[in-house]
Amino acid sequence: MDDTLSLAIQISYYVAAFLFIMGLKRMSSPVTAASGIKWAGVGMVVATVITFAYPDLQNFMLMTTAIFIGGVLAWWTGKKVAMTDMPQMIALYNGMGGGAAAAISAVELLGGGEHSLVFMVLAVLGGFIGSVAFSGSMVAFAKLQGILRKDFRFRGQNLVNLLLLAGIAVLGVLTIVEQGGQTDPQMLALFYGLALLLGVTMTLPIGGADMPVVISLYNALTGLAVAFEGFVLNNAAMIIAGTVVGSAGTLLTQLMAKAMNRSLGNVLFSGFGDSAGGDQEVTGTMKPIEATDVGVMMAFAQKVIIVPGYGMAVAQAQHKVWELTQLLMDRGVDVKFAIHPVAGRMPGHMNVLLAEAGVPYDLIYDADEINADFDSTDVALVIGANDVVNPVARSDPSSPIFGMPILDADKAKNCIVIKRGQGAGFSGIENLLFFLDNTRMLYGDGQAAVTELIQAVKEL
Amino acid sequence: MIELSAFAALYIFMLAAFTGYEVIAKVPAILHTPLMSGSNFVHGIVLVGAMVALGHAESTAGQVIGFIGVILGAGNAVGGYVVTERMLEMFQRSDRPGSAKDSKKDGAEGA
Repeated sequence: MDDTLSLAIQISYYVAAFLFIMGLKRMSSPVTAASGIKWAGVGMVVATVITFAYPDLQNFMLMTTAIFIGGVLAWWTGKKVAMTDMPQMIALYNGMGGGAAAAISAVELLGGGEHSLVFMVLAVLGGFIGSVAFSGSMVAFAKLQGILRKDFRFRGQNLVNLLLLAGIAVLGVLTIVEQGGQTDPQMLALFYGLALLLGVTMTLPIGGADMPVVISLYNALTGLAVAFEGFVLNNAAMIIAGTVVGSAGTLLTQLMAKAMNRSLGNVLFSGFGDSAGGDQEVTGTMKPIEATDVGVMMAFAQKVIIVPGYGMAVAQAQHKVWELTQLLMDRGVDVKFAIHPVAGRMPGHMNVLLAEAGVPYDLIYDADEINADFDSTDVALVIGANDVVNPVARSDPSSPIFGMPILDADKAKNCIVIKRGQGAGFSGIENLLFFLDNTRMLYGDGQAAVTELIQAVKEL
Repeated sequence: MIELSAFAALYIFMLAAFTGYEVIAKVPAILHTPLMSGSNFVHGIVLVGAMVALGHAESTAGQVIGFIGVILGAGNAVGGYVVTERMLEMFQRSDRPGSAKDSKKDGAEGA
């Protein structure tokens, strides 16, 4: 009987691991993506249900209550959150996963008993990484949600982090070598406390615009922590799922950092904009334009490319943008969307928002796919994007964003920039694009400005 | 339960690491956020581990921490699923319902 049950558990975990990998694979193409999450979801249900049959388990009441509480809260928050707020929800749920991994390691270490060295090392490492991912993700969540507004920077920040890390390392080693005996609960509490603190001090100084990279990094770290705790619990499904996420997340983090032309170390250990401003003098003036003129210009254009940025997300203008696009397409204008890899607060953030508004994904192009098209484009409409269309990235070697791949909106015959005011982008760098001869500025909130454009096109 | 030898576990670790890399390597940028969200859901498998840890906990401290762990793990799994599904449901092609002309027709029928 026990053997049959044990076999059933192993088979279920095997099936779950298979479904996770297949699910992720399907999620990597737009055609199959929607079904991918369902495959993975089935795997999760199979693995969770069979775990109730795990041998020698107690505390079933507590277990069921906890699943109910966590599940209902997450379901409720996940359903009601607006699409623009998705990035921080990912951070929140990811942090919860890291916290769960840290809790597993704490329970196993507190349980005491004779363990192998590998067991102890992985339990401690998983606990450390999980704790950092937990508190770091929570800070990222608080920042993106607007609960924490400031970037706390102070001198010697890296030194403080280094000291914390050293303290954690000492406590971790002490915990590991104390194997066989009972682990000292107070020392363990200090170990987790310092690890949680490190997550906070590491994340606090990082600016909002770098958060996507950080969330992706913590996502990968949580995966790694889960894999380590999978070793500790002798659970192959956890090892596989955690490791796959760990390596996929690391790659994703690198892709994102690369798209911003920054190294991961640069994101984590230095405040952005310390050396803001390049040498190249920006000359000329910004030339304003009226919405009615832009409406005429776009309605009689052959080819229009829309470049959305974070400003569109803030203004919730995506529905209006799609309405405008449909009007133009009905008039026979060729309209495309160009999305920079780091536009918004996450790679693909803009795609999600446009998809929400109903924009089909085959109208949306990556920077590589569309940059050659700008030459033959009549109007490039930039909505709330700034640094990702700044030509100094091509021309000024002294600029902090030099070398970052940008969208060549400046090469279009006319470039219209919808912008709230005259300030620089988050990086504090003046945008050369705004001063070019073929650029006109349409000042105003993204949604209001696009509504005016719709009105202007309709009246023609 | 079948015990994994340390080396078998290392082999799993190595192969899974390559798998994760390969699965992501050719992903178009438009799917980066959903995919991050999807992989965030997948490490929700930590719920299973938290359940086992709570199930084995004997001290009160262990039970409290395990209880919190299961809440967090369930939040990771359920929340990760809900937001990923919501994001992916929105991806559609223009030659299917949702394109410029179709959505207008739908609107008229609905009215």
